[in-house]
Amino acid sequence: MLEVKNLSMRFGGLLAVDGVSLDVQEREIVSIIGPNGAGKTTVFNCLSGFYKPTGGKVIFEGREIQGTPDYKISRLGMVRTFQHVRLFTQMTVVENLLVAQHRHLNTNMLAGLLGTPSYKEREQKALDRAAYWLERVGLLDLANRDAGNLAYGQQRRLEIARCMVTEPKLLMLDEPAAGLNPAETKELNQLIVSLKEDYNVSVVLIEHDMSLVMDISDRINVINQGKPLASGTPEEIRHNDDVIKAYLGEA
Amino acid sequence: MAANNMRHALFCAIVTLIISFPILGLSLEAKGVNITLSGAKTSTYVAIVLAAVAVFVFQIFRDTFMGALGKLPNLNPLAGREPMEQTKRVKLESWLLTGIVVFALFWPFLVSRGSVDLATLVLIYIMLALGLNVVVGLAGLLDLGYVAFYAVGAYTFALLSQYTGISFWMALPIGALLAGLTGMILGFPVLRLRGDYLAIVTLGFGEIIRILLNNWTTLTGGPNGIGGIPEPTLFGMEFGRRVKEEGNTSFHETFGIAYSGEHKVIFLYLIALVLAVITALIIRRFMRMPVGRAWEALREDEIAARSLGLSRTAVKLSAFTIGAFFAGFAGTVFASKQGFISPESFVFLESAIILAIVVLGGMGSQLGVILAAIAVTILPELAREFSEYRMLIFGAAMVLMMVWRPQGLLPVRRIQITLNKQG
Repeated sequence: MLEVKNLSMRFGGLLAVDGVSLDVQEREIVSIIGPNGAGKTTVFNCLSGFYKPTGGKVIFEGREIQGTPDYKISRLGMVRTFQHVRLFTQMTVVENLLVAQHRHLNTNMLAGLLGTPSYKEREQKALDRAAYWLERVGLLDLANRDAGNLAYGQQRRLEIARCMVTEPKLLMLDEPAAGLNPAETKELNQLIVSLKEDYNVSVVLIEHDMSLVMDISDRINVINQGKPLASGTPEEIRHNDDVIKAYLGEA
Repeated sequence: MAANNMRHALFCAIVTLIISFPILGLSLEAKGVNITLSGAKTSTYVAIVLAAVAVFVFQIFRDTFMGALGKLPNLNPLAGREPMEQTKRVKLESWLLTGIVVFALFWPFLVSRGSVDLATLVLIYIMLALGLNVVVGLAGLLDLGYVAFYAVGAYTFALLSQYTGISFWMALPIGALLAGLTGMILGFPVLRLRGDYLAIVTLGFGEIIRILLNNWTTLTGGPNGIGGIPEPTLFGMEFGRRVKEEGNTSFHETFGIAYSGEHKVIFLYLIALVLAVITALIIRRFMRMPVGRAWEALREDEIAARSLGLSRTAVKLSAFTIGAFFAGFAGTVFASKQGFISPESFVFLESAIILAIVVLGGMGSQLGVILAAIAVTILPELAREFSEYRMLIFGAAMVLMMVWRPQGLLPVRRIQITLNKQG
């Protein structure tokens, strides 16, 4: 459903991403790994429309979307999380989820002011969907807390829930396990797999935690210094000489 | 530590001397055509020195003083109590608000004309502050040129009445819509800007409008302003002693009561009250609607908001437009109340005061903003007996407020939502 061809991104003299290609099928978890500074997050920013790639094509469900503004890409069903959690910290947990459903709501101001039945119905649906996902990630009891007051692991889960209420087709997770303890990582692992199995969402994952990557990925793409280094199943990557060299240095 | 403290205290005392000596100790006196500089009374000099000594002593023992002050909240019986339950609080609040509005409806019949006039001004500031609260408090867009929209509303009414003889009730929606449109137009070029940059551009925009009004003499009358703006009528009844417009009747004759200038003042007050209540209710509603949540999301984290499909353009423009719309409302009422407007009523200081109201009230909190509007408008009036020092007192009150309660009078309380457990 997502196909990236020969993507490149240049910042002045720096070629941050150079000829990266990858593809994601329906119900598949694809990981992007690579050493620090390899350009993984830049690839993400190009895919989600935060950057306009300087070369290459991004095709989502048969449509070329490179250069489309970020908010439109997310409306197409490609939603991302961030390396450093970005919640609406002074809003409550539920409100975070309601904001995410903006495009599913009746945003006609007059309808809202008058409280028409269709407005109320959609608002209630949004609340129910929020409740469902809060239950799913175990935050229902904290629904009315300020999002900024949640523990770090909870914030991570809320961010994923916030993406899921938009009903995406493709979820892009940027280091979701960063800062989590092993137990939390395990929970996250199960959550991501269930997103794929139970909700038919494809996942693109950037991650440093190798146990997580190797456990859940269907395929892995390795990037080094902006260039594609290898791609394949976890088993192939584990034994790829180039990958080992890039990560451990040459002996 | 001690030596450092000493030096600091000495420095503060000297600064006090340097500041207060020229302000209090010297005065200009007009003698015939000449102006001479003369000293003040000896008692003033003594007072200045005493003040410097007081500052010195305070600075030396500052830690002790501030420590004692820190214990003060413990004496407050309300401190540390559990926050009220949401349902109870909402009930109490709505009772209180209804009570205040009912009281405000009957109040003008009991007090002097001057107080009612002042209260009308307070209501106009409440409308302005509620509107700016949308832009600054909710959407987080620092707007220093808000007074421009106020001016657009006021001048729309003034000009239309001058050239077409439009009535207040017709001008009210037109003024507000035009102000809203101006807000949208300002919104476009500043879409990409945030924080300081946005503040400076809006500041410039506010000045442009004022200078335009000041210099476009053929249309606006320039610094001479526009007079003869009609007062509102009640179903075609005028409040003047004599009927000005044909076809209208006068209020006192219709009801067969003696003419009184107070009728007009009270009527204007009631209009302002109704409009202020409407403004508050509409914006309150907006805050709970998708658009209100989008404003706040944009304030909290623009990047995250965009990544969830919120269009920055739509959200920012709606905040600017709606904020400006209510400023236009207030402007029309203001023009009608004054009967005369000139660019002097729309200087930067006005923007600053409205912004101060929003910040003092607690950004985003409606009740807080209303309280702050009352305080900020009435305080300088109450402090009138301090004559030239009243702005000083006003400033000091603001500084103290920001030191002890930086979150504002009544910070926002999030709305609690009950969710139905799913599946």
